[in-house]
Amino acid sequence: MKRKKVIYAMIAPYFLIFFTFTVLPVCLSLLVSFTNFNMLEFPKWVGWRNYAQLFVRDDVFLIALKNTLIFAAITGPVSYIACFVLAWIINEFPPKIRAIATLVFYAPALSGSAYIVWTLLFSSDSYGYINAFLIKWHLNSEPILWLQTPKYIMPIIIIVQLWLSLGTSFLAFIAGLQSMDKTLLEAGAIDGIRNRWQELWFITLPSMRPMLMFGAVIQITASFAVAEVATALAGFPSVKYAGHTIVTHLMDYGSIRFEMGYASAIATVLFAMMLGSNLIVRKLLAKVGE
Amino acid sequence: MTVIQIRLPKKRISRSWKGDVMLFALLALVGYFMALPLVFVISNAFKPINEILKFPPDFLVRNPTMTNFSDLYHLLAGSWVPVTRYLYNTFFIAIVGTAGHVIIASMAAYPLAKRHFPGKATLFTIVVLSLMFSATVTQITNYMTMSWLGFLDTHWAVIIPAIGSSLGIYLMKQYMEQIPDALLEAAEIDGCGEFRIFWTIVMPVVKPAWLTLIIFSFQGLWGAGGAAGAMYIYSEQMKTIDYALGQILQGGIIRTGPSMAATLLMLTVPIFIFILSQSSIIQTMSTSGMKD
Repeated sequence: MKRKKVIYAMIAPYFLIFFTFTVLPVCLSLLVSFTNFNMLEFPKWVGWRNYAQLFVRDDVFLIALKNTLIFAAITGPVSYIACFVLAWIINEFPPKIRAIATLVFYAPALSGSAYIVWTLLFSSDSYGYINAFLIKWHLNSEPILWLQTPKYIMPIIIIVQLWLSLGTSFLAFIAGLQSMDKTLLEAGAIDGIRNRWQELWFITLPSMRPMLMFGAVIQITASFAVAEVATALAGFPSVKYAGHTIVTHLMDYGSIRFEMGYASAIATVLFAMMLGSNLIVRKLLAKVGE
Repeated sequence: MTVIQIRLPKKRISRSWKGDVMLFALLALVGYFMALPLVFVISNAFKPINEILKFPPDFLVRNPTMTNFSDLYHLLAGSWVPVTRYLYNTFFIAIVGTAGHVIIASMAAYPLAKRHFPGKATLFTIVVLSLMFSATVTQITNYMTMSWLGFLDTHWAVIIPAIGSSLGIYLMKQYMEQIPDALLEAAEIDGCGEFRIFWTIVMPVVKPAWLTLIIFSFQGLWGAGGAAGAMYIYSEQMKTIDYALGQILQGGIIRTGPSMAATLLMLTVPIFIFILSQSSIIQTMSTSGMKD
C-alpha cells in the first residue's frame, strides 16, 4: 500500500502540470469545435455545422488538406527512414566519425530559426544564390521567382523540411542503438547471423521497437503539423495558397479571425488524421523482424 | 582517402569493406547536403559588406572580417534594455525549464514503464494522444489558465508548460521499458525504496536517454522567446535574447551580415550543449548496465 502511495507521489507533479496545460485545453478545444465561439460572446452550440462547412464550403481548406497530405506522404516516410538509416550507419563507424557525423546531421534541427537562410538561397532576385548560380552556369537566363511560383513552393518546403527533420527521432535512434544490449549481437553471431543486413533485420530492429514507435509518432506529428517553415518561406497566405497547410489554415481562423469554434474543428480533423496514420504505422512496425 | 578503421568486437560478425565504403559514401553525400546551409551561415557571418552585395555572390567568404560581429555589438549596445538582461532571461528559462522537465518527466516515466498501478495504461494513452494535438488551438485556453494562475508576464508561463510537455515522458518511458526487471528486483531485495531505485539505479542506466532529452528540451526553450514568449511575456525586461535579436535585425539586406552573425551566435550555445551531452552519450554506451 505504501508502495502505491510513493508511485502516485512520483507521477503527481508531472501529471498535474500535464493535465492543466495539455489535456484540459485539448478537451475544451474538442468541445468548442461544436460551437460558434468568437471569444467575446458565450459559445453557441451548433453541432456538426463547423465540420460540414469545412468539407463542403471551404475551398481553401480542401487545398490545405491536399497540400498537407502530399507533404506528409513524402516527408513523413522519407525522413523517418533517413533518421533510422543514418543513425544506424553512424553507429557502425568508430566514435570519432560518429560524433562528427551526428553533429553534422543534427545541427540543422539544432539551429532553431536558421532555416531562414533558405529564403536567402531561394531569394527571387538575381542575388538569390540558387538563381545566381543557375545564371552563372548558363542553366537559366533570368531569375526564377522561386517562392512566388506555385509549382516551386511545395517542393522547396519539402526540401527545407527534410533538411530540418533529422531531429528528435534521429537522436532518439542514436541513443537507442547505443544503449542496445551488445550480448544480443554476440549471441546472433553465434546463432548464424551472416552479415550486417541480417543483423539489422533480425536483431537490431526488433530490439529497437520502443524507439521506432517513439520516432514514428514524433515524425507523423511533425510532418502533418508543418506550418512554420511554410509561412517563413512562402509567406502567409502564400501565392494561390500553394504553401497553405492545415495548420496555417488553423492559425488563420484561430489567431487572426478569432473563430475559435471553426479553428477547433480544423484542429480536430488534423488530430484524427494523425491518429489514423499512427494506427497504420503501429500495425506495420509490429511486423518488423518477423 | 584514409583507411577507415572499424572496431571488430570479438564475437561480432565481420563486415565487408565494400559495405563500409558504400555506407561511408552515402553518409558523406547526405552530410554534404545537410552542412551546406550552415556553412553558408558561417561564411556570411564573416563576409564584409561588399562581398554580401557582390554579384554574382560567392558562396564562401574571401576576406573574412569581424565587422558583422562588432556591428551587432553596437546595435545591441544601443538597445533600451541591457543585453545581459535578455541573456539572463534566456538562460533562466532554458536551464530551469530543462532541469525541471528532465527530472519531473523521468520521475513520472519510471512507474509508467516498470510498475503496475490502476490507470497506468490510460495515462500513457493520453500522453501519446496529446503528442498529436496541434498547440495552436490550445494557446487560447492556456492563456486564460496562465492569467488565472498569475503566470502572465513571468518566465513561468514558458517554463511550466515545458515541464509538462509530453515528449519527455514518452521518450523516457520507452527507454526505461528496456531495463531488465532483474536489476530492479535485486535493488528491492536490498531494501531500496521506489524513489531510491529510480534515482540510483534507473537514472544512471538510462543516461543516454536523459542526455538526449536535455538536448531537446534546452534547444526548444532556448528559442522559446519567439513564439511562446511573445504570447505570454510582454514587458521588455522579461523578454529573451531571441526576441531582442529579431527586433534589431528586421533591417533588410544591409543587415544581412549582422543577422548572420547573430544566427551564428545563437547557434553556438545549443551546439555546445549538444557536444557536451554527445560525448557523455558515447561514454555511457560502454558502461551501460542493460544486460539481462
